[in-house]
Amino acid sequence: MALLQISEPGMSAAPHQHKLAVGIDLGTTNSLVATVKSGMATVLQDEHGHALLPSVVRYMPEGDVVVGHDAQAQQSADPVNTIASAKRFMGRSLKDIADRAHIPYNFVDSSNATKLLQIQTRAGLKTPVEISAEILKTLKARAEKSLGGDLIGVVITVPAYFDDAQRQATKDAARLAGLNVLRLLNEPTAAAVAYGLDNAAEGTFVIYDLGGGTFDVSILKLTKGVFEVLATNGDSALGGDDFDHRIYCWVLDRIRESTSDFNPLSENDTRLLLTKARQAKEWLTDNHEAQIVCRLNNGLLVDVTLSATQFVEFTQQLVIKTLAPTRKAMRDAQLTLEDIKGVVLVGGATRMPQVRHAVEEYFKQTPLTNLDPDKVVALGAAIQANALVGNRSEDDLLLLDVTPLSLGLETMGGLVERIIPRNSTLPVARAQDFTTYKDGQTAMSIQVVQGERELVADCRSLARFELRGIPPMAAGAARIRVTFQVDADGLLSVSAREQTNGVEAHVVVKPSYGLSEDEITHMLKSSFGSAEADKVARMLAEARVSAGAIINSVTLALAADSHLISEQEKQAIETEIQNLQTISQAEDAAAINKAVDALNHATEAFAAARMNASVSHALSGKNLDSINL
Amino acid sequence: MAISLTETAANRVEKFLANRGKGIGLRLGVKTTGCSGMAYTLEFVDEMHPEDTTFESHGVKVIVDPKSLVYIDGTELDFTKEGLNEGFKFNNPNVKDECGCGESFTV
Repeated sequence: MALLQISEPGMSAAPHQHKLAVGIDLGTTNSLVATVKSGMATVLQDEHGHALLPSVVRYMPEGDVVVGHDAQAQQSADPVNTIASAKRFMGRSLKDIADRAHIPYNFVDSSNATKLLQIQTRAGLKTPVEISAEILKTLKARAEKSLGGDLIGVVITVPAYFDDAQRQATKDAARLAGLNVLRLLNEPTAAAVAYGLDNAAEGTFVIYDLGGGTFDVSILKLTKGVFEVLATNGDSALGGDDFDHRIYCWVLDRIRESTSDFNPLSENDTRLLLTKARQAKEWLTDNHEAQIVCRLNNGLLVDVTLSATQFVEFTQQLVIKTLAPTRKAMRDAQLTLEDIKGVVLVGGATRMPQVRHAVEEYFKQTPLTNLDPDKVVALGAAIQANALVGNRSEDDLLLLDVTPLSLGLETMGGLVERIIPRNSTLPVARAQDFTTYKDGQTAMSIQVVQGERELVADCRSLARFELRGIPPMAAGAARIRVTFQVDADGLLSVSAREQTNGVEAHVVVKPSYGLSEDEITHMLKSSFGSAEADKVARMLAEARVSAGAIINSVTLALAADSHLISEQEKQAIETEIQNLQTISQAEDAAAINKAVDALNHATEAFAAARMNASVSHALSGKNLDSINL
Repeated sequence: MAISLTETAANRVEKFLANRGKGIGLRLGVKTTGCSGMAYTLEFVDEMHPEDTTFESHGVKVIVDPKSLVYIDGTELDFTKEGLNEGFKFNNPNVKDECGCGESFTV
């Protein structure tokens, strides 16, 4: 006998047609799966009653794969083949992982063009995508067992800061696990869905999400079930793991103090101490001190006591580090503290009292914590999945996400033409017309960039493609429409179309590797700090482009029509051209513009002569009537 | 005859209604689809129809339309757990035959 759930009025499914959909929070530390049953979002548990699945995958000697608690338990014993926090490596290359000295895995920089890192395990080389797919497979099996049927779709959450490569990697992992992704949803938005629907709240809210490995802050406006993300910011390499690591370092210091011959720790001991550090952190949430006791492989007995006060002290910097992106998001949304109606805490790390205090102090209000901060994201994803497969009778909730960085393309002179500004709501499509730079130009190379700076060199190149088959025309006559489109998952596609003959080229941006958090922070910060330098650089580049254009056209004209002017005039023009070429090498936009004017001036007579010649050429041999004035 | 809920089922329905924030009760019904003739439906009720019959069981309003009632009269609705799966189960004395999965039945 099948077990039934209660449907919305008139929404009962025919037998065997139940639209089973789940939301998955694919976390750095823990992952969860949730669904909506009888109208209520519920996190699904495993056979042992665990809701959280540790995001740990262990490759066994026999070729099996173990995921979750059993794998986590063996982290110390088999660190090289037991991969935790694979999410941190999604869509990343080796050089993006700054702290890899502290990570006990055998990273391999892939030799292929993708540059994505891989990890050497006893089961062979594994990509973070494959490792994440194992976690997703486990959650899928749990969901199908719980719901008694095949899933027709899932919503998977990703940090708001995930770039295209990381989002694509997440989608790939889902595909590997045999899941149909309805949508990727930003984690803070999912949290807002969970809170917004349950509490029917309206107003502007801040979602402060300190997870295991990522920090995200989002400012959302909730009105009548519509969630608009006003701004997002964050730090994709800051989370609860870092607090563990600080404790770990603190313990190491204590060991060094107590023994004279201290050797570097083995991989096993590193794992063991990190596990102990995590336990101590969790213990300190409700207690004044934590005892850390363990015996290392080299026989050394560790027995130290960490007080809550000490813990707060040496993690203060980490807490403060979360406030800078918070301020930035507030500024982006152009809000003051009085505008914020509530602050929602998400992520297990927000259980730490010092984090709660810091948030409370900054926003001058007590943060909301009435939903379990570990489950909130999965619950929201489940609600969204349920809506997307059409199990709700009301209008589907509309979710508006934003682009984290501006998107644009390279124009002549290495300048960035911004097409989609940052913090545009998704999905978004924008088009702009461009033209050719040289006479008879039949192809155009389009470089797609992401970032806030004026020069391409300071932004990140996402993709490059060519539009060929532009009909030969005078420079500036062709009309090429470039369209940027970012879908609801935040994936970008760019197309270029020549308007007269319709030739078209397009690219779906699947960048070779992701932006590191440092790069993102740096790109944002430098765009504010270097506004003036950028302006100067832009003026210089523009001056050089116009210098190049005029040199080009004058040279062509001289080659064609130098017989129209005297040798002396010709030499004067050539001198000015040379002068302009020399000045263009220097970094003075004003001087270049002056030289451009000088060249323009020198060619005035020549231009007039050419005009006369072409007019008399057009008129010669024709009677007045045949000329259509 | 009547339609009733077990206490477990009633508790669940109350919880789901509270979570949903609206609704006057639970509608039980049948649809003529499925692999073996009839299929059960289970829905929240926002609106009642004049021809509906209402039962009350453990404080929960159970609403049935007259066409469905003839097929399910005497049914007790239970809430059970089977492995990881949990949900509502119709114990319907009228059923003569079920399809393998129990989602549809004949009387």
